[in-house]
Amino acid sequence: MNIQCPLPSRTEQTIKLGHGSGGEMTQHLLTNHIQPFFNNSWISQAYDSATLPWDSDRLVFTTDSFVITPLFFPGGNIGELAVYGTVNDLAMAGAEAKFLSCGLILEEGLPMATLEQVLASMAEAARKTGVELVTGDTKVVERGKGDGIYINTSGVGVLQGNQPINPSRIRSGDLILLSGDIGRHGISVMANRKGLKFESSLTSDCAPLNGAVAKLLRGGVEIHCLRDLTRGGLATALVELAESCNRGLVLEESSIPVSEAVQGACEILGLDPLYVANEGRFVAFIPEKSSRLATSILRNTEVGSSCEIIGHVGSEGHAQVILRNDLGCDRLLQRLPGEQLPRIC
Amino acid sequence: MKYLDEYRQSDGIQKIAAEIHRITTSPWTLMEVCGGQTHAIVRNRLDQLLPKELELVHGPGCPVCVTPLEMLDRAIAVARLPEVIFCSFGDMLRVPGSEHDLLTVKAAGGDIRIVYSPLQAVQIAEQNPTKEIVFFAVGFETTAAANAMAASLAKTKALGNFSMLVSQFLVTPAIESICSAPDSRVQGFLAAGHVCSITGYERYLPLAEKYRIPIVITGFEPLDILEGILMCVDQLEQGACQVQNQYRRAVERVGNRQAQDLIQSVFRISTQHWRGVGSIPQSGLSFNDEFASLDATVKFDINNIKTTERHDCMSGDIMLGHKKPKDCPHFGKECRPEQPLGAPMVSSEGACSAYYRYSQQERSNEHPVPATLKN
Repeated sequence: MNIQCPLPSRTEQTIKLGHGSGGEMTQHLLTNHIQPFFNNSWISQAYDSATLPWDSDRLVFTTDSFVITPLFFPGGNIGELAVYGTVNDLAMAGAEAKFLSCGLILEEGLPMATLEQVLASMAEAARKTGVELVTGDTKVVERGKGDGIYINTSGVGVLQGNQPINPSRIRSGDLILLSGDIGRHGISVMANRKGLKFESSLTSDCAPLNGAVAKLLRGGVEIHCLRDLTRGGLATALVELAESCNRGLVLEESSIPVSEAVQGACEILGLDPLYVANEGRFVAFIPEKSSRLATSILRNTEVGSSCEIIGHVGSEGHAQVILRNDLGCDRLLQRLPGEQLPRIC
Repeated sequence: MKYLDEYRQSDGIQKIAAEIHRITTSPWTLMEVCGGQTHAIVRNRLDQLLPKELELVHGPGCPVCVTPLEMLDRAIAVARLPEVIFCSFGDMLRVPGSEHDLLTVKAAGGDIRIVYSPLQAVQIAEQNPTKEIVFFAVGFETTAAANAMAASLAKTKALGNFSMLVSQFLVTPAIESICSAPDSRVQGFLAAGHVCSITGYERYLPLAEKYRIPIVITGFEPLDILEGILMCVDQLEQGACQVQNQYRRAVERVGNRQAQDLIQSVFRISTQHWRGVGSIPQSGLSFNDEFASLDATVKFDINNIKTTERHDCMSGDIMLGHKKPKDCPHFGKECRPEQPLGAPMVSSEGACSAYYRYSQQERSNEHPVPATLKN
């Protein structure tokens, strides 16, 4: 008689529900497939939390979750997105990211090779941004109840400058500096997801922004506010900021950089690049006296080489964003009401 | 970008705007027929460049806006069926039916997919032989050709699991309906260039003559639209009523014969109900007998779904040029893009949505950006 052991083999090629059981298989997953990517003194203790060295009252804390289809897109993947996204959120507060946590929600059936590819990207992104991934958690959901991998990363960082960086510091007369051309991430992911083929090889702008922000601060640029442009795009971010600081923002349409590939795709799909998602772009609100210094520093960074001054902050009490076109006509920008849907014709 | 940048150059546009100012001596009311033109006008705020004597009213040329409520309710009923993969262009998903929209059905588990071409729906039917694929074939003559091609391809491939929910409109009868209305304010038309690229413009000649009204076939870029307005006003000022073609780079007098033949091989002309407007004879397309088996309303027995329009949306008055979006008491209050009462607030080409998103602001000339800092 041939008796077969019902326990899964120890060399799994895919994620099984048992990997989320908290038992033997979970331990195997952690020890053999996850921890090796993030080897440091905190994670090797395998506690539920990390005790971190801290001697500052300038702690900044943030969290962000990442759900994206496809997991791998032109110019990036969910792993590096999960690291850069949280590092960037900290950078937008003027903080240098120090430590990240990583919560993985894995779908039953996910190939182990895919998981390891994502984790390798996370490790590389952490190395690139100088951040340590010190604690984490893994859960497994049944097949069909997740898109392969969901990731949550929380991060702590230390404030760099002497002044806070937030919307309340925006002043009338500030200039608005955009770090680069917009819409690459949203269009490249959409094209990849829908199998749309464009002639140009468009890639996501997925990138860490902490280096550029650090250079601006070290260079002595006075920064009032920073905001990275993710879901909802440039327009939605600026509308939120206008409302936060209760001031009008006036943009010059011709100054906003949009690549021909993104513009072309938006023309075909009936989308507005101002509302398309980005993952490696930010706006900085800076006093006019700092603008030359800021643009010269930013243009010497990888993420800011095509930065432009795109507008200015108007008077208090008119919390709206106006886009002025080449014809001298004004258009009011509003939040994206829902998902941008491609037009019929 | 070639074929676009040259039609968006400020200098050329300003020159034409100045010429419009120069020749306009009387108040005139023009209608841009197509939603794409409405979108371009309000997005670029071309209205700000026009003399105050000129009024632009927005026509019924947005397929999302004019698709009847009962057709949406039928789409929702079919999309709910577990065996159906429902394929649609994106902007139909948010249009409110009697109770829900297609996005709500999707959230409840309906398999609803956004496609960019009707041929994608045919491909999905090939890939999913155990499912029923229904394509929501909405639009004017512009989409009718591609929709006819999809129907023809599905028939050639003998795809028994593919059908279409057809809501196709013809523009010329709608223009005639507006012209013949006793209370019509429209004195000149900017006809839809994309539609005419398929149909040509010979069918407009008897209209212009019968109603003594100028019709200018117009494109969609700022320069196209202003040039169309200039040609239309020039005719009005001179008492002319001709059909002129501003959109010469895309439109020929006879149109695209191949596309017309394809449409005629699949569809027949029928009476069509326009949301907010009513029934207009000979203004729609239905499957002809040869393609009747592809009719989703028969296949899923949903012809009995009949619903009537809510009366708190004045979309009909807006789409016929009788009123402007801001004349509606619900505009921007109970009716907003994220919570639309009617279709013109849903589609990005809908007049109400376009007005809501791109207008109402005060100019601000404070703290101009120093020229030295730009670029």
